[in-house]
Amino acid sequence: MSTLPEAPAAHAASEPAKGSPGPAPAATASLPVAAGEIAFDIKNFSMWYGPRQALMDVTIRIPAKKVTAIIGPSGCGKSTFLRALNRMHELTPGTRIEGSLRHFGEDLYGPGVEAVAIRRRVGMVFQKSNPFPTMSIAENVLVGLRLNGVRDKEILQRRLEESLHMAALWDEVKDHLSRPGTSLSGGQQQRLCIARSLAVQPETLLMDEPCSALDPIATAKIEELIQTLRESYTVVIVTHNMQQAARCSDRTAFFYMGRLIEFDDTRRMFTNPGNPQTEAYVSGRFG
Amino acid sequence: MAVSPYLPTPGFARLRKAKSTAVTAVLVICALAVIAPLFLVIYFLLVQGWSSLDWNFFTQLPKPTGETGGGMANAIVGTLTLLGMATIMGVPLGVFGGIYLAEYGSDRANDWLRFAADVLNGVPSIVWGMVIYLVLVVPFKTFSAYAGGVALGLMMVPLVMRTTEEVLILVPQSYREAALALGVARWKVIMVIVVRTALKGIATGVIVALARIAGETAPLLFTALGNNFWNHNLKEPIAALPLQIFAYAISPYDDWHRQAWAGALVLMALILALNITVRVLSRDRSNTH
Repeated sequence: MSTLPEAPAAHAASEPAKGSPGPAPAATASLPVAAGEIAFDIKNFSMWYGPRQALMDVTIRIPAKKVTAIIGPSGCGKSTFLRALNRMHELTPGTRIEGSLRHFGEDLYGPGVEAVAIRRRVGMVFQKSNPFPTMSIAENVLVGLRLNGVRDKEILQRRLEESLHMAALWDEVKDHLSRPGTSLSGGQQQRLCIARSLAVQPETLLMDEPCSALDPIATAKIEELIQTLRESYTVVIVTHNMQQAARCSDRTAFFYMGRLIEFDDTRRMFTNPGNPQTEAYVSGRFG
Repeated sequence: MAVSPYLPTPGFARLRKAKSTAVTAVLVICALAVIAPLFLVIYFLLVQGWSSLDWNFFTQLPKPTGETGGGMANAIVGTLTLLGMATIMGVPLGVFGGIYLAEYGSDRANDWLRFAADVLNGVPSIVWGMVIYLVLVVPFKTFSAYAGGVALGLMMVPLVMRTTEEVLILVPQSYREAALALGVARWKVIMVIVVRTALKGIATGVIVALARIAGETAPLLFTALGNNFWNHNLKEPIAALPLQIFAYAISPYDDWHRQAWAGALVLMALILALNITVRVLSRDRSNTH
C-alpha cells in the first residue's frame, strides 16, 4: 500500500477545489498514500449516542509517527472520534458503533479484544490536566506502571526519568518529585499528564484539546513537545485552535456534522483545501 | 421628576420596620431554641456528673450494691469493643455497598438499593435488637458481645453506604478517565484512584456513623445485655456505657445515680470527640481541593 507515487494522488486531492463545489464525498478515497506505516486504518466508521448519530461513515488512514490534527466546529464529532480510537467512549452508556477500526493491524473492536489492553497501546491526554490529587509527581508518572504490576525499582526509576524528560518536565521537577502533582502550575500539570501517559509506553497518544485551558507560553511548550513526540509516537490531536493545527501537525482532518470532510497534508489543508467547506472553516468564515 | 405613586407614607414605613423587627426576633429565638438544648444537656451533665468523675471511674469495676465508689472501666472498654466490632462488620459492607452504588449497578437496581438503605436507616434501633436477639442470641442460648457488635454494625451499614456513595460521586470523572486511559483495569481504577481520592470523605462518613451508634442502648438490651465484670470472651455478655447508665439510672441508689451521670458525661464526651474529628477531617478536605 505504501508504494503508490505521491504526485498523481496529490493532484487528485487538490483538484475538486477548482472543479465541483458543494459537499464533496469523503476525501479519503483520493488521499495520497504516504510512504510509511498506517497507525489507524478506519473504514466506514459510524457511531451513535442512543438514537443520535454522532459519526457518519468515516473512512480515514492516520499515518504512524506523524502528528495528525483533527479540527472542526464544536459538536462536529471530533472528540467523539478521538475517544473511539481507544474505546473511551464506552464509558458513556448507550453508544453503538459500526464499521471497522484497526490500530497497527489490530481490530480494536474485534471479539475478545479488551478495552484495557487497547488503552495500554493508545494513551490519552485530556483537555483539563488531571493529575491524581492524592499522589506525588513521581507517583503520578508511575501510577500506570504500578497498577499494571511493575514492581522493579530500577525499571520504575528509569521510566520516571525517561517519561519526564520526554514530556520536557524533568528539569523543572527533578528536585521535588515527592511534592503533590497538584502543586504544579497548569502547564506543568498538563506535561505531567503527558509524562504519565508516556510512562506506560503507548504506541499512539491521543490528545483532546490539550492546550485549551493553558496560557500561550504553556501552550507553546506543549506544542514544542508534540514536535519531539512525533519521533517516537503517533500523535492524534483534537484542537479548536486552527493556528495550533497549522503549527504542529503533519496531517489535518476536518470534521463537520459527524462527517470527515477532508483529510490531507496540513499545509495543503490550510493553503489550498480541496473542499469549499474546509476552506470556509480554516479561513474563519464559520465555526 | 415624576414622584412614584408607590412611595410609602411615614406610617406605613414604621409598620414595615416593626414587622421586620418582629420577624427577625422570631428567627433569632428559633435559632437559640435549636442550640439551647445542647448547652442544657452539657450543663446538666457537667453539674451532675463532673463531681463523680474520678480516676476510679475509669479504672475500677462497679462496686456491689451497698458499697460506694467503684467505676465503669468495664463499660468504657465494652463500648469501645462493641464499636470496634461494629466497625469491622459495618465498614466493609457499607463501603463496598457504596462503591457498588456509585460505580456499578444499573440505575433501576440502584434506586431500589438506595430505597432499601434508607428504609434500613429508619428501622428503629429496638427492632434491630429484637431481630439480632432471635438470630444470634436464641440459637446460641447466650447473650454475647458478638450479638451486640453485629446489631450495631448492621445499623452502621446504610449510613456508611450512603455517605460513601455520595463522596465517590463527587470524585471528578476526569480522574477515572485518566486512569482508564492508562490501561488500568476498572476495579483497580476504582479501588486505588477513586476510593483513595475520596478516602477522607469515607472516613468522615464512618465516624459520623460511629457517633450515631455509640450511644445506642436499645439494640444492646437483648444482645450484649451488660455485665458487671470484665468481659474475657466475646461469646459472653459485655458491658457498655449506655447499658450501665440505664441500669444505674433506674436503680434506687443515690450513689448509682451519680455514677450514671458520670457515665453519661463520658459517653457524651466520646460522641463530641467523634463529631469534632469529623469537623477537622472535613475542613482538611475542603483545603486540599
